Amino acid sequence: MMAVRIFVPKDATACALGADAVAESILAGAAGRELDIELVRNGSRGAFWLEPLVEVETPAGRIAFGPVTAADIEGLFEAGFPGNSDHALSLGPVEGIDWLASQQRLTFARAGWTDPLSLGDYRALGGYQGLERALGMEPQAIVDEVKESGLRGRGGAAFPTGIKWQTVLDTAADQKYIVANADEGDSGTFADRLLMEADPYQLIEGMTIAGLAVGATEGYIYLRSEYPHSRTVLTEAILRAEQEGYLGNGILGSDRNFSLELRIGAGAYICGEETSLLDSLEGKRGLIRFKPPLPAIEGLMGKPTVVNNVLSLGAVSTILAEGPAFYRDFGTGRSRGTLTVQLAGNILRGGLVEVPFGVTLRDLVEGYGGGTASGRPVRAIQVGGPLGAYLPESQWDVTLNYGALANIDGMLGHGGIVVFDDTVDMARQARFAMEFCAVESCGKCTPCRVGSVRGVEVIDRIIANQDREFNLRVLDDLCDTLENGSLCAMGGLTPYPVRSALRHFPEDFGD
Amino acid sequence: MNSSAVSLQEIVESTVEAHRGKIGPLMPVLHSIQEKLGYIPGEAVPMIGRLMNLSRAEIHGVMSFYHDFRSEPAGDHVIHLCRAEACQAMGSALLEQHARARLGVEFGETTADGLITLEPVYCLGNCACSPSIRIDDDVYARVSAEQFDELIARLQGEE
Repeated sequence: MMAVRIFVPKDATACALGADAVAESILAGAAGRELDIELVRNGSRGAFWLEPLVEVETPAGRIAFGPVTAADIEGLFEAGFPGNSDHALSLGPVEGIDWLASQQRLTFARAGWTDPLSLGDYRALGGYQGLERALGMEPQAIVDEVKESGLRGRGGAAFPTGIKWQTVLDTAADQKYIVANADEGDSGTFADRLLMEADPYQLIEGMTIAGLAVGATEGYIYLRSEYPHSRTVLTEAILRAEQEGYLGNGILGSDRNFSLELRIGAGAYICGEETSLLDSLEGKRGLIRFKPPLPAIEGLMGKPTVVNNVLSLGAVSTILAEGPAFYRDFGTGRSRGTLTVQLAGNILRGGLVEVPFGVTLRDLVEGYGGGTASGRPVRAIQVGGPLGAYLPESQWDVTLNYGALANIDGMLGHGGIVVFDDTVDMARQARFAMEFCAVESCGKCTPCRVGSVRGVEVIDRIIANQDREFNLRVLDDLCDTLENGSLCAMGGLTPYPVRSALRHFPEDFGD
Repeated sequence: MNSSAVSLQEIVESTVEAHRGKIGPLMPVLHSIQEKLGYIPGEAVPMIGRLMNLSRAEIHGVMSFYHDFRSEPAGDHVIHLCRAEACQAMGSALLEQHARARLGVEFGETTADGLITLEPVYCLGNCACSPSIRIDDDVYARVSAEQFDELIARLQGEE
């Protein structure tokens, strides 16, 4: 008889909720009962509210249990685990969990199914088909397919990826580079982390295809140091891809070369901005660069460089494997592909949701999210990370796409959705936005460096009711200066959370 | 030159050598030295400078720009407590207060017994299960004040 395969995720959130102890208890419980099991540490499916989510492989599909703690394991075995799913923690077939089944997984289709480091599993689920196709294509044809797919940068800025690649392809140079921006610093976001920990070869494959497309032979993944689990997975994945001929010289027996190196950031939010990231990669302080020149023309070490977000590069694998129409047909208007959002903060059912564009914020927070974790009413939702606006209930019916959010002075950004209940003090949130900008500003431009510090002071005076009208005008003026005078989005967008908090929740600002 | 200075020189030389030929090797070099020693000693800075043809000011500039690099040793364990929005929405401000009081330190400080350094962090990517802390390389989710105390007690018990 074959060993029963049991899956326990090794993702950072699953581990933060005790998945390692769950795995150990399952091994010990099975050993004590002389059960023949094979424990697989898979990636997470992103249903973090159900983590640790344990799955058992059966002839009828995978049966899920969750959220499981180490203390539950003995009781599970006593109820017949893994052979019997009759237990209070049983969720039935994993494909029947509505929260997951109702999603339309494209970028995250493989997440959670397999051991993320198994190249055999990756190939069995369609991995590396895109690279194999790309190896037989002219660079321009690859770039054309990315353009036709309508893929836009998934990091937050939503710039058309194909156009960026075209610029790099068209710029003659002795060396070009591919850089994956894995400095996912926005609070409320973890999509890049989930992809890197659940399906790392998708990123590696996408970067390799990007190299073939623009003529770059070296790539770097710039990973934030706050993600030690991702670091472990990527380090091993790169090694295995090298060993099996997917990276290095003569990829898959061709005459094409692409090498990949993992670089670790050092705790600087600003390095998620692409030019700051490039300076950091060069071993400097992560200061913003003036644009132009664009990194696509003068990027890393002054050479033409593709800088793309992790999800954008991952999507390229799918586009090349399935063709550009497959990806394009998922979207609406100028928002193509799927919408990837992360439900975070005070939320009952938090995690990664990938759905077709067209859903509203309310659908996501009330439907998928199930409201707050605290059980209190939702009061404010911050969309798009620390530089995104706080939205009041009157705006929750907004459709989540790049354009609709821009129309209400918000932004989708990297898709982080942070929910706050009615105990939130919005003046404090506005103050924090300025404080965060002061802590994380690179210091190059004055509006951001000084304006953020002055912003904290002015908000403190408003809260204390000192010269209220005057200080409100000062804050408004300061926000104008930051928005219009900053070199990058850090200073330029910090007024969004501040102004939205003030506009929609004035009652929190004293008086 | 005393023996510890010799060994520091050796560490710096071997580290720089291991990264030779790479583009922009300063960050990997600093990370590597800090992983070996727990911090980057002041005496290491001119050594790195000589080997990499950088000024002390350039190296200091890089070290001081990034939150991660230390010029002084940290405690035996470093606790990063998330202060960002998703954790705020789940009461991280109270956890922060509790942590400071429990450990008797402010952010950036080390407990008197040298066991724990408390640092702020802005997001651990664990935002669906806030509030989060990181102890060394382990992340903990939905951390209550009681669980924080248990984790601290465990660290103290290891001594």
